[in-house]
Amino acid sequence: MTDIPAKAAIPSASSGSLLLTLMKARTFIALIAVLVFFSIAAPNFLSTANLILMSKHVALNAFLAMGMTFVIITGGIDLSVGSIVGLCGMVAGYLVLNGIDLQIGYTIYFNVVEIALITLAVGILIGAVNGLLITRLNVAPFIATLGVLYVARGLALLSSDGRTFPNLVGKPELGTTGFGFLGAGRLLGLPVAIWILIVVALAAAYLAKYTPLGRHIFAVGGNERASRISGVRVNTVKMFVYMFSGFCAAIVGLIISSELMASHPATGESFELNAIAAAVLGGTSMSGGRGTIGGTIVGAFVIGILSDGLVMMGVSSFWQMVIKGLVIIVAVVVDQAQRRLQSRVRLMQMAKAG
Amino acid sequence: MSDHDVILKLEDVSKVYSGTVAVKRANFEVRKGAVNVLVGENGAGKSTLMKIIAGVERPTAGRILLEGEDVSFSSSADAVNRGIGMVFQELNLFGNLTVAENIFATREITNRFRKIDRKQQERRAAQFLERLQAGIRPDMLVEDLRIGQQQLVEIAKAVSLDARILIMDEPTSALSSAEVEILFKVIADLKARGVAIVYISHRLEELIRIGDYITVLRDGHITGQEEMRNVDTRWIVRQMIGSDAKDFAKADGHVPGEEIFRTHDICLPRATGGLAVDHVSLSLRAGEILGIYGLMGAGRSELFDCIMGRHGQATGTIFIAGKQVKERDTTRRIRRGLALIPEDRQREGLVSILSVASNLTLASLSRFVRLFHIRGGPERLAVVQMVRELAIKVADPAQEVSSLSGGNQQKVVIGKALLTGPKVLLMDEPSRGIDVGAKADVFRTMRKLSRDGLGILFATSDLDEVMALSDRIAVMSNGKLTGMFDRAEATEAALVAASALGHGPVPHTEYTAHD
Repeated sequence: MTDIPAKAAIPSASSGSLLLTLMKARTFIALIAVLVFFSIAAPNFLSTANLILMSKHVALNAFLAMGMTFVIITGGIDLSVGSIVGLCGMVAGYLVLNGIDLQIGYTIYFNVVEIALITLAVGILIGAVNGLLITRLNVAPFIATLGVLYVARGLALLSSDGRTFPNLVGKPELGTTGFGFLGAGRLLGLPVAIWILIVVALAAAYLAKYTPLGRHIFAVGGNERASRISGVRVNTVKMFVYMFSGFCAAIVGLIISSELMASHPATGESFELNAIAAAVLGGTSMSGGRGTIGGTIVGAFVIGILSDGLVMMGVSSFWQMVIKGLVIIVAVVVDQAQRRLQSRVRLMQMAKAG
Repeated sequence: MSDHDVILKLEDVSKVYSGTVAVKRANFEVRKGAVNVLVGENGAGKSTLMKIIAGVERPTAGRILLEGEDVSFSSSADAVNRGIGMVFQELNLFGNLTVAENIFATREITNRFRKIDRKQQERRAAQFLERLQAGIRPDMLVEDLRIGQQQLVEIAKAVSLDARILIMDEPTSALSSAEVEILFKVIADLKARGVAIVYISHRLEELIRIGDYITVLRDGHITGQEEMRNVDTRWIVRQMIGSDAKDFAKADGHVPGEEIFRTHDICLPRATGGLAVDHVSLSLRAGEILGIYGLMGAGRSELFDCIMGRHGQATGTIFIAGKQVKERDTTRRIRRGLALIPEDRQREGLVSILSVASNLTLASLSRFVRLFHIRGGPERLAVVQMVRELAIKVADPAQEVSSLSGGNQQKVVIGKALLTGPKVLLMDEPSRGIDVGAKADVFRTMRKLSRDGLGILFATSDLDEVMALSDRIAVMSNGKLTGMFDRAEATEAALVAASALGHGPVPHTEYTAHD
């Protein structure tokens, strides 16, 4: 390589790097943009009450999006999360109201902690069904989780004949009171749901970065064959991500029914789409191997703030859908542009290095 | 030098890919009504040269003369219009379409309303298939055919082009001997009709049988051009390999130790029937390099896959240091001390979007883990050490591995295997697709590892390599072990002969070749 093109490459490479940095931070920039925009355009937007309310909305989507992120990083997709939310809500509601009838004249009632644990187990179990369908029976993730979406929703509706389980206060003599704590309780001024989100998000981010399992999740998504040859237990990894996704969905089911003090079988419809949108907005690549928990959380905030802010501005819900769709598309277009720029900058650097 | 007219001529043609020169100033003539044979080792530039003729690649420099007229092809369709057809080595078929649809892909026969005339297509396809006597019906789906039959469809497709020049890149690699016979009849028929055939193959016996002219390529140069009747196997091998020695690390004369690894009766059934690996038993000593020589499809990679536990249906037993390995999955076999460096770096060796560091430690993460936490310090230390030890050229190990050159990528794959602390290293074509300098590094590393007491099994289809690096040489053909030589007694001719056993229609007695 001669000197002249090398010199010419230096300025364009560095201006490329600046643009690249901006593009990499795009979700964060988008978050700041929506915050600034709505704090000017919508009155009361920055009030504490509103911020806490919004963060509760965001939290629900963020849980699902975190589970979805791991699934998408392995190269899969989980369409069943919305239905798992609904079914897990119904499981919790049923246990609070009815307990389990042992058919021998006794009925076991569980306390709230036990109910929460059983509900989480149900969510994990449905995730495991997804995982088994995908790893053992080789069903494509899209189809497997689509099937489970219908099955879980159907079961939720069957559990109550389509009715709502109302008034989940429980009875003190049965020890089933206190269910409202998850949805309405506060610790140090913050809603319990937010604390749970913080704990789960930190755990998930730690898992992704500092554990072999996390490393393997990325490796499986990047190149499944190479991972297998390197001794990665691909099936175990996939089982884990779907079970984790189910776990996150169960948390959401618990929080929603606790907030409302009621379980409705249609809860969570189309939640999976919001979760996918948040993950993609946060930089998770649908082709696998790329994504971060932090990015996904920011993505969930962008989507949540966008829809709440638009509501506060009085924008019609029809326009909200159009805007949300456009934001997602723009995010992916910018993502693609970033990839191209990145590889160009890399080639330039290689050329510069000789 | 001949009685056949030249139809196509390449003059001083060169082809440069980013960084590597695949073909250097080649002069090549294709003669009408004759079989023009092209041979060379892997990576010698045969396929590149053919792709230039077929319009798939454009030459960086030089001229192409078609019947004396200067031409340049902008695409393969362009070349097809000029009467040049090609049977590709990798099958270019659509498995989900029928045989007839494949044969007429992109030039479908349509009726007045632009609707595809399926009946007409199938009738015409049947005529071509008839000539190949393969028992293939035109309405069968390609994915339901055996590989050999698929290859015949590919050939039928090329023949149906009615080309003046027909290029065949390893057309017999998956054919049975009966099918090869039929193909040769078809070739004779085409020859009689004045078609110029360019024929590429590794199987020397085949070439000698059907070739009229032979051209030998080595490292992108044409090293010999002759009429076939003037040459013999030894001439071909000499031209292919040349006299100038490549840069192989010298043997250091250390003596191998005890047996460290043994396989017993390994078999792997082929999906299409028969055995891909056929009762292979071999033994390897600590500090020994055992080269496994064989042609494409001889079953070398499949043998390695069986050893690594990648095929559930494989049978046979393996032993490490005398103890049987009962574990059947890759994860636990790696833990027992086996490691594979796969042939296809991109598809099986690397996770290309991860960093160099993550790739290096992917197979050995458990070494750095306390409870469930990856300790950053020891991991970074191991990465830095491996980068230094293998001379991997990378500015920052956090860089994506795909930004490295082929040779450095290969070193990352080797480093990943070494970090697992293997006792036995399986290397499948470790020097494929990497530059000369990196090759020398890889060979030096192999020497060093064997000195450190590792047992190394390495598969290659490069004669030079296998002769220069191995303490012993095993030869595989058609899934079977067909020869086992000590370095001292191995000759190139003997290896070539053993690698052709069980292949092709010709009895091999002609060249059991004692040099």
